[in-house]
Amino acid sequence: MATKPLVPSASALRWLGVVAAPTALALGFLWAGGWLTPHRLTQTSLLDALRAVDGTHPGFRRNHAKGVCVTGWFEGNGNAAGLSMASVLQSGRVPVVGRFALAGGMPFQADAPAKVRSMALRLMPPGGQEWRMGINDIPVFPVRTPQEFQDLQLASRPDPATGKPDPARVQAFRAVHPWLQVAGAQITHRPLSSGFADDTYRSLDSFLFVGKDGTETAVRWSMVPLQPVTPADAHADDHDYLFRQLIDDLHAHSLQWRLMVTVAGNHDVIDDPSQGWAEDDRQIDAGTLTLTTVESEESGSCTGITFDPLVLPHGIAPSGDPILQARSAAYMRSFAARSGEKLPVPAITPTMTAAPGGAEGKKS
Amino acid sequence: MINAKSFSLPSRILHWLMAVMILIMLFIGVFMASTAGPNYHRLVTLHRPLGIAILVLALVRLANRLRSPPPALPEEFPPIMKFGAKASHVLLYALMIAMPFVGWGMLSAGGYPIPLWGQSVLLPPILPHDPALWAALRSAHTVLAFLLFGMVLLHVGAALFHGLIREDAVLRSMTWQAKADRE
Ligand code: HEM
Ligand code: HEM
Ligand code: HEM
Repeated sequence: MATKPLVPSASALRWLGVVAAPTALALGFLWAGGWLTPHRLTQTSLLDALRAVDGTHPGFRRNHAKGVCVTGWFEGNGNAAGLSMASVLQSGRVPVVGRFALAGGMPFQADAPAKVRSMALRLMPPGGQEWRMGINDIPVFPVRTPQEFQDLQLASRPDPATGKPDPARVQAFRAVHPWLQVAGAQITHRPLSSGFADDTYRSLDSFLFVGKDGTETAVRWSMVPLQPVTPADAHADDHDYLFRQLIDDLHAHSLQWRLMVTVAGNHDVIDDPSQGWAEDDRQIDAGTLTLTTVESEESGSCTGITFDPLVLPHGIAPSGDPILQARSAAYMRSFAARSGEKLPVPAITPTMTAAPGGAEGKKS
Repeated sequence: MINAKSFSLPSRILHWLMAVMILIMLFIGVFMASTAGPNYHRLVTLHRPLGIAILVLALVRLANRLRSPPPALPEEFPPIMKFGAKASHVLLYALMIAMPFVGWGMLSAGGYPIPLWGQSVLLPPILPHDPALWAALRSAHTVLAFLLFGMVLLHVGAALFHGLIREDAVLRSMTWQAKADRE
């Protein structure tokens, strides 16, 4: 066998061939990863927009940062079983881990009546067919697409000079998004209940219930309180009054909500959470949520998970609503980031959630 | 003893099938991890079974490799070059097997259900639920993916160097032309 030199001389064209393929792959990779398109809407750009508004708070959720863990159970009654084969919707009881929170990425913000409140739930039937949801107490979502969400965040970020959103910037956002006016007005003029316990939380996004025969039905749902609803009026002059009230309520008795599923009517827009659905849509009472215990995020079981709305059981599928995709992507990124950071003592401490008389604060 | 000049047919099929799958997987991965667009969920849903398929094939390939050893490298190669070739192949194997395990393990540690196909078939968790571990493995999945991609670039460059510059038997040993060389 004639031995060749290790690197024989070859034409420039051949060398170009050697270099071209890896270079093309590398460029394609950079493009796919968004490095060549800095304006692409990404997990990072969404979290950056949230941070521009709320600041940097290591260890906390990048949105809905102030919250408290709860547990209980959900009891399906089978009424929605015809529309969805999900095991949680058959009759029977499944354990629940949940979280109540205030919208916004500031973990130590003061409670106030008009701040958006949320409920997040993880329904855990045996067999791992979990249903996770994060639902808010507003009638519709303020935006229609993830891009609008990011633009609205950036428009409402505080002006460094005043520490407040620049009204001109918000105005400019509104001016170029006239289709969001109705949603904005509906959110501003929504009736406010007194606290977490008597509030109604809504999926806002649409989903598809999938029946045994494969039939898909577009739905939204809400958790409607069984507690009597009282309007928000004078409240304790307390930074955490909403959470304290919830903790007191849960120590006194369990709290219950009815899962009301709304079936889309003919004229309802499925894939746009900024548009409400018709008042006369068919409603199904699908079961009852009962919450019994409350725990600080510091030790609670809601901290080490994310309530990704696309963690769905067999029998429930995402709709074409574009917000859902962005939520799933951003929640995972937020969850990874905060899980790698040390969680400081949250606003709602274990002392605050401890049963009255049980633990008298920290022993000194 | 006479070494075969080519990789056996199963080795070549596995190599090219997996080359395509792994490249697709790397591109899907970096794309989905930097998009909040309408295909995010669909891509993640594809990424999981494709990754598990790569794991299964990699294990089959490892067994196949132990059973039918590869052709020897050209004798005139200096030892350092032979070592580089061997080491890079070992690293490629290690990453083909590690990547899917890290992906599967991180979702286990993150407390996510792990649907394999559709929503009805779930993979069992392979690690305990541990958020700090989830965060670490999620970063490791990125770092190892970049390492794998870098190795693939070097590997492709080296293969083309053999094929276009040296015109030796190395590239042919993995392609179909090699049949002609067989005794
Ligand atoms: C593109 C739009 C949205 C983005 C980028 C976004 C972003 C986020 C992020 C990053 C978190 C923290 C997740 C974590 O660390 O676990 C979060 C939490 C949450 N989001 Fe969204 N969100 C969006 C839309 C919505 C919508 C439409 C709803 C209600 C229907 C909603 C309800 C919630 C709730 C309830 C939580 C708190 C979950 C918990 O208590 O752990 N979000 N959001
Ligand atoms: C050969 C196998 C695999 C390769 C080459 C691969 C590659 C990748 C790459 C390149 C990324 C993007 C990393 C980044 O930019 O941060 C990624 C993300 C991811 N991979 Fe894999 N992966 C593999 C297997 C798996 C498996 C088996 C699973 C799960 C069972 C998985 C789950 C994920 C998840 C959940 C993400 C994060 C998506 C996000 O951040 O939104 N991967 N993968
Ligand atoms: C797409 C372009 C590719 C080309 C042109 C190519 C070419 C080659 C060639 C010529 C060999 C034989 C080297 C020898 O004689 O020792 C080889 C082996 C090998 N290739 Fe590739 N390859 C490609 C992609 C990949 C990819 C994406 C992977 C996986 C990450 C990979 C993994 C391997 C491994 C592990 C070996 C060692 C042989 C074995 O045991 O299978 N290759 N490749």
